[in-house]
Amino acid sequence: MTALLEVQGLDISFGGLTAVRGASLEVNRGETHCLVGESGCGKSVTALAMMGLLPGNAVRRAETLRFDGGDLRGLSEKEMSRLRGDRMAMIFQEPMTSLNPAYTVGSQMAEVMLRHRGGSRRAALDRAAELLARVRITSPGMRLGQYPHQLSGGLRQRVMIAMALMCEPELLIADEPTTALDVTVQAQILRLLADLQTDLGLAILLITHDLGVVARTAHRVSVMYAGEVVESAPVRTLFSRPMHPYTRGLLSCVPVPGKIRPGDPLGSIPGMVPQVTPDFAGCAFRQRCLLTRPDCAGPIARRRPSADHAYLCQIPPEEMVRS
Amino acid sequence: MTTPLIEVRDVGRQFRVRAGLLAQPKRVVAVDGVSLQLKAGEVLGVVGESGCGKSTLAKIILGLLEPTAGEVLIDGKHLASLDRKERARLIQPVFQDPFSSLNPRRRVRDVISLPLVAQGGMSSPEVNRRVDEMLERVGLDPSMADRLPAHLSGGQRQRVAIARALVLRPRIVVCDEPTSALDVSVQAQILNLLAELRRELGLAYLFISHNLAVVEHVASEVAVMYLGRIVEQNQAASLFRDPRHPYTKALLASVLTPEPDLGLPETGLGDAMPDPANVPPGCRFHPRCPVAIERCSRDVPATQRKEPSLVECHLAVPA
Repeated sequence: MTALLEVQGLDISFGGLTAVRGASLEVNRGETHCLVGESGCGKSVTALAMMGLLPGNAVRRAETLRFDGGDLRGLSEKEMSRLRGDRMAMIFQEPMTSLNPAYTVGSQMAEVMLRHRGGSRRAALDRAAELLARVRITSPGMRLGQYPHQLSGGLRQRVMIAMALMCEPELLIADEPTTALDVTVQAQILRLLADLQTDLGLAILLITHDLGVVARTAHRVSVMYAGEVVESAPVRTLFSRPMHPYTRGLLSCVPVPGKIRPGDPLGSIPGMVPQVTPDFAGCAFRQRCLLTRPDCAGPIARRRPSADHAYLCQIPPEEMVRS
Repeated sequence: MTTPLIEVRDVGRQFRVRAGLLAQPKRVVAVDGVSLQLKAGEVLGVVGESGCGKSTLAKIILGLLEPTAGEVLIDGKHLASLDRKERARLIQPVFQDPFSSLNPRRRVRDVISLPLVAQGGMSSPEVNRRVDEMLERVGLDPSMADRLPAHLSGGQRQRVAIARALVLRPRIVVCDEPTSALDVSVQAQILNLLAELRRELGLAYLFISHNLAVVEHVASEVAVMYLGRIVEQNQAASLFRDPRHPYTKALLASVLTPEPDLGLPETGLGDAMPDPANVPPGCRFHPRCPVAIERCSRDVPATQRKEPSLVECHLAVPA
């Protein structure tokens, strides 16, 4: 089976700075792929590049950028905008910035339908009401007439999800969809996304900095650091046998009840993320890595401890396990 | 018995908010009859969702906001009777956002020394010596002293904010979401630093956070707030092991720990969101409560205490 979304060797730069370097990932139908990393690692830019939404000063190059087998690289803005909101949809962290405050929920949702599929306004509003009920919003008819500011944060995010589903997309890209929400609401929204995935066979690319969200929602995980995907594995493998020293460091930073005793120091990663220029060579993590060695400044090997697990590091799996 | 460092007695705070030009002002109950104590050397965690009143409570304790009911004692003295200098020597804040809590036009040295200068009576070499000592304590290179906040990372700024809070050697630090704006690797550094400073300087923290995993890691005692009231309180280990209030249970169930085998939790909370402008009658949690009975919508639950624990629920007894 070929993946619904296939990216290989994606490079994105802004002027003299490189935001993404040779990133590769695949998202299959019915699967949640989490892209995880800290601020500035290039995860949001990667998502925007797939949607053709990069700002004008960005330069995008890719060896492969395919959606359902079709090459996205040569598409015009017009062709891209026909795909967006239709077969591929995106939701963002702060629904208030993506919803238009001047229009009602109903009219914004109907517009998506009318723009891509045509038909009557009545039919579009019916579909909108049906989807609001689907994302478990009570009294959907009343909500259609409300403005975004009249809704709570959790409700707005549900409206965004319903709106993204208007044209039955195959791929949903969700960029930190629950970061601004309370933990209780976050759990509800993530459950909703998982249920929708089961029912509709959605492929979800979920971008997050939260390893708890990753652990509980992902099928597959890609860890980004300084613009590179430094490790990629099925979720259980990533959490039980992390290989890249950055992934290992990141996992040790999170307080896990029962694993780290209260009061004991948490693991931490010394130093800061370097700025990466186009002529940067070697491993970007080497200045912060406890296992660094001289050849980390040269070309870095891609290692495969198993068929579906890969990481970028000079240190082979046998040695890494011992360290 | 020793005097608690912070004693909050039945404190309340209401706001009047107008929703529109001609609308009747609404009464928003941010904090309602809260009592708590922070003892020397302890870390009291306060948790709850946005709008539960935890930040309002912090502002009242810091003297930044007057309570509309009740009183606050700091080290046995009435907060209202302390002058600003005295208060600053006892209690200091560290806020969430190191980007907005530092003056962008002042160099790090000036930011940290301001509390000392405001106290007066210290020579400038002495002030500089204290600033250098503080920088080292929080793990910043002395060369950082001449930088502007804009040239620092988020973690470095939070270290500056901590240095500023500690330069007067206070006994209490109120940390309001101190790591919420930071990346996980930086969060770990700051949490480790706060723990180390507490041990070395014998500080007590009031630690406000929405992140329960962080609170479990740092706190010795935890108070759970819902719509302005403390609905459950206990020693941290007991509260996380044996939560009694249905809200505490739901809150704990919602925490997504990095354990892939556990899947997504069912909170059972429903869709009704808490609204401080519209506090429900009876138990204020009943519209969202998965186990509510008829009585819960009618009678306000009494505060049940069994030292050191407390719970407010018709269907629970203190742990």
